[in-house]
Amino acid sequence: MGWEIDPILVALVLVNLLLLGASRLAACVRLVAVQGVLLGVLALLVQVGWSPWRAVLLAGGSILLKGIVFPRLMWKALRGAEIRREMEPYVGYTLSVLLGLGMLGLTVWVGGRLTLPVPAASHLLVPVALFTTLTGLFLIVARKKAITQVLGYLVLENGIVTFGIALSHEAPLSVELGVLLDVFVAVLVMGIIIHNIREDFDHIDADRLVSLKD
Amino acid sequence: MMPSAVGMLVGLVLAPLLLGVVNRVKAVFAGRRGQPLLQPYRDIGRLLRKGAVYSPTTTWVFRAGPVVGVAAGVVGLALLPLGGCRALVVFSGDFMLLIYLLGTARFFVVLAALDTGSAFEGMGASREVAFSALAEPALLLAMAALVRATGMRSLSDAMGKVWSDVWLPSMPVAVLVAAALAVVLLAENARIPFDDPNTHLELTMIHEVMVLDHSGPDFGLVLYGSALKGWIFAGLLAGVLVPLRTGSPWLNAGAAVVGIFAVAVGVGVVESSMARLRLVRVPQLLVGAGVMAALAVLLVR
Amino acid sequence: MILLLTGLGVLLATGLVALPWRDGLRAGRVAAAGSVLGCGLVTVPAVRALVGWDTPALDLPWPVPLGSFSLGIDALSGFFVLVVALLGALAAVYGVGYLAHAAGHRRLGVPWCLYNLLLACMLVVVTARDGVLFLVAWEVMSLASFFLVTFEDEREEVREAGWTYLLATHLGTAFLLALFLVLAQGGSLRFDTFRELPSPLASVAFLLAVVGFGTKAGFWPLHVWLPEAHPAAPSHVSAVMSGVMLKTGIYGLLRVLTVLGPPPRWWGWLLVGIGVTSGLLGVLSALAQRDLKRILAYSSVENIGLVALGAGLGVLGLAFDLPVMAALGFAGALLHVLNHAVFKGLLFLGAGAVLHATGTRDIERLGGLLRRVPSTAHAFLVGSAAISGLPPFNGFVSELLILLAALAGVSERAGGVAVPATIAVAALGLVGGLAAACFARAFGVVFLGVPRQGLDREPAEATPAGMRLAMATLAGLCVAIGLGSSYLVPRLVPAVGELTGLTREELLTVLGWDVGRILLAVGLVGAAFGLVALLLARLRARMLRMREVGSSPTWDCGYAAPTARMQYTASSFARPIVELFSLVLHTRIDEVRPVGMLPSGARLQTRAPDVAEAHGFRPAFVAVARLSERLHVLQQGRVQVYVLYIALALLVLLVWQLGLGR
Repeated sequence: MGWEIDPILVALVLVNLLLLGASRLAACVRLVAVQGVLLGVLALLVQVGWSPWRAVLLAGGSILLKGIVFPRLMWKALRGAEIRREMEPYVGYTLSVLLGLGMLGLTVWVGGRLTLPVPAASHLLVPVALFTTLTGLFLIVARKKAITQVLGYLVLENGIVTFGIALSHEAPLSVELGVLLDVFVAVLVMGIIIHNIREDFDHIDADRLVSLKD
Repeated sequence: MMPSAVGMLVGLVLAPLLLGVVNRVKAVFAGRRGQPLLQPYRDIGRLLRKGAVYSPTTTWVFRAGPVVGVAAGVVGLALLPLGGCRALVVFSGDFMLLIYLLGTARFFVVLAALDTGSAFEGMGASREVAFSALAEPALLLAMAALVRATGMRSLSDAMGKVWSDVWLPSMPVAVLVAAALAVVLLAENARIPFDDPNTHLELTMIHEVMVLDHSGPDFGLVLYGSALKGWIFAGLLAGVLVPLRTGSPWLNAGAAVVGIFAVAVGVGVVESSMARLRLVRVPQLLVGAGVMAALAVLLVR
Repeated sequence: MILLLTGLGVLLATGLVALPWRDGLRAGRVAAAGSVLGCGLVTVPAVRALVGWDTPALDLPWPVPLGSFSLGIDALSGFFVLVVALLGALAAVYGVGYLAHAAGHRRLGVPWCLYNLLLACMLVVVTARDGVLFLVAWEVMSLASFFLVTFEDEREEVREAGWTYLLATHLGTAFLLALFLVLAQGGSLRFDTFRELPSPLASVAFLLAVVGFGTKAGFWPLHVWLPEAHPAAPSHVSAVMSGVMLKTGIYGLLRVLTVLGPPPRWWGWLLVGIGVTSGLLGVLSALAQRDLKRILAYSSVENIGLVALGAGLGVLGLAFDLPVMAALGFAGALLHVLNHAVFKGLLFLGAGAVLHATGTRDIERLGGLLRRVPSTAHAFLVGSAAISGLPPFNGFVSELLILLAALAGVSERAGGVAVPATIAVAALGLVGGLAAACFARAFGVVFLGVPRQGLDREPAEATPAGMRLAMATLAGLCVAIGLGSSYLVPRLVPAVGELTGLTREELLTVLGWDVGRILLAVGLVGAAFGLVALLLARLRARMLRMREVGSSPTWDCGYAAPTARMQYTASSFARPIVELFSLVLHTRIDEVRPVGMLPSGARLQTRAPDVAEAHGFRPAFVAVARLSERLHVLQQGRVQVYVLYIALALLVLLVWQLGLGR
């Protein structure tokens, strides 16, 4: 056990790094979709003591929702709001990638020190889960647009799901599905809000929401 | 000893053929017949038989550039293992000597470019040093990943254990190292997506523009030197990619040579299917290669 | 020991003899002869101590109430004595010719006396065995170099540089005073009475040493005085300051490490961190400069960073009980100390020769000097290749040793050593690549192509024989160490033994056998490389012998009349890298881009203010100055008030003393 899921975990890490370095919104949406599919495959492979039904259900849900439905929704939001294609970063792309590497080192260190109630399927699983979560947070913090915030939340959620896979014995299926549903609603709401913001204010840069505070 | 020496000779003889293979692959993709496979040999031979023209601003440094380039390539081949077949000279940290020998060659090529006093060649030299400064840590980190994965500190020993210590237990390390090496190979050998060897616009070139002023035998040496450099990088990449390690060094070396030509085919495919990157994106890709190599180091248990 | 004392005596005596001399040229000859003789004398005991034959010590009482005049040469001291003596003697030989043009209108006795004093003090600093003697020699060394920096004190920027230097060096000395108080623990200040300190105190001492000695060595961000002071001094003094005086800081740090006992891990992390930061920021700042000597000064920060990196890896090796890594790290650091002295000395002497020939240090005005001052150019080329760490020159060998130390750490399982080692590998690659870029730029712009702007005078190889001899010797050493390091490195075993506490047998297997074989291979491959290049050059010349060799202007893409002003400038050359790292460099780029169909008047200028100075020290000093103005009320100008202050101070002291006595 371990070596067959390692390539997927590494691919997850690479997707995270690419997300940090990507300058085009469309590319980011595609990358998040890829990440969702990868997560589904991961859930299929890590089936220690699960019923196969559960694994298939989770994997199928993940692939369907994150790989197909969410990207479609965001695609629509992008089209509808006529958003410019760039990510508009606060932190430059190259620096983001290097910071990402730093975060990865940190999570590997933390992952080595955390004691889990059950042994994880791979020594990489916990660091990758933490790293994905951190990447999501970073995207939320370091990019300007509202839509990238949605992307960030999605990546964050992917990290949490990875963590859930690491602790597959503990987390009941309902929690997983509940989380998925939460995000689903969140994406929908965001889509609607973005649409409305765009109609009212003509732009969707989150940093300009500051003007609303008065 | 015997297979190592033959391996070095094979490199000396076959290096220009790599260029022929790349060109042929590109031609096939473009639906052309393409130039003969042996065209690079003919080019080099023709240039070596010609006279030369020099600019009055140049000094011996200009003439030294191509010579040092070929010398570094020749000596570098002695340090290059062909897959599981050991190199002629093996010691801990030998890859550093190999990388820095190529660095010496680059240093003199850059000086030769500056010696002409041309704005274009200065521009090429400036880009070359900037990009190679980023490629160097990526290359060293890739080597460090191999060292950590195999526990061996010389190139030949590390390559010899790539199969049993890297490929079997953790494929991601091998893939990441190979990816980083591939990026560095494309950048250092002035291939698309970093540089377009066929462009006719000097402003967009990196490597070609530095040797604009070389002619005759000097240019022949430049071509041969860059062919040797290409062989060395392809050899490194093939050593990681082709995990065939048998008891017979002859078989290992043969597999590696096949791997090297496979790398050349791969370069041709990349060149046919990609466009040149904008110059500002080049550093990002090189940093990406470094990050992949660093990731490989982190992944080794 | 007698030889060391005689050597010191010769240095001081000839310096004093030269002091009142009217004829500057003769004063220089006497003082330089004294330097060479003195340095020659001290090498004998130094070599004997280095290889471990005998380690003499000398202990004289002196009238000063504190401390004693005790000197000693062990292997570590012997190594640094050798470095000082080597460059000190060669720079003196160079200096005679270099200062000759100033002999007409300037008294040269004083600078020559100071020069010999500087050498003598450096020798005492690295051999002192008593805290008081050490600090006295340290202080006199700093003062002598301060007066040498302000040699051309009629120029505003030289005075400015002098004050910056004086301030920085005294701040450093303040930390050293505290360091010795901590080390002595109230007892004697003699080195042999220093005992291992309990752990929090040892760390305090280590930090004091890093700051105090790091100021002299030029660790980033304590380096700010360095790019000001080194260019201002006469070139042979710059060579000595950059090549060896910085190393007294390294010596101090290493010496303190030997008395502090087994190091905790974070010392190694700190040193590796300092090394990486200094290396990277040093070379990046060097790339952005246009004053030739400032380039060299910043590159000293880089090389000191590499030394710190090696020492840091060595400390990590000790802390994690990895003897091979420790030995390799410290051996690499020591060898880089020697190598940097050789090539940086060479480059400063070369820069001096350029200044001597052209009257300017601004590389944007230079170009094409290879044809006009060939011997300087060739020496500078060797130095440039060596400092870029290119084989077959010496810089490569020490960088290889440091890399081997890092590789020993990379293969370890423990993250505390593997992570810094990996960072060190990446940093070595990046710094090496950037250094090559920096010196390709320096050499290419100054010596190749055609002159960029009209110079005040036609540069001519006026280079006197002494200057040429010194440069040729150092260039020869660059090659000799590069090819023959397999002989040299095993000689460092006793010195590394003092730093690591490993036994001679252990070290001989690592440095003598393993590394010896590696370096033998490096030397052979390097020699083969040179040989193949020579053969190819012969072959190429033979091919062209019977053929038509033409001459035509440089191909400029169809433009038929290229001029000197169309050449790529140094600023443009460095621009891609400077822009890439603008986040850490804070470079200001002034440019007017060409616009329209028929553009006119485009220009580009990059300025790289020192980050540490602009964002760290200047605001701090401004704040201090503001604070000091508040204290102006105390300064009344009336004698009565001052007497009051004195009385009050005495009273407070009395009360304190009595209170403490209880």
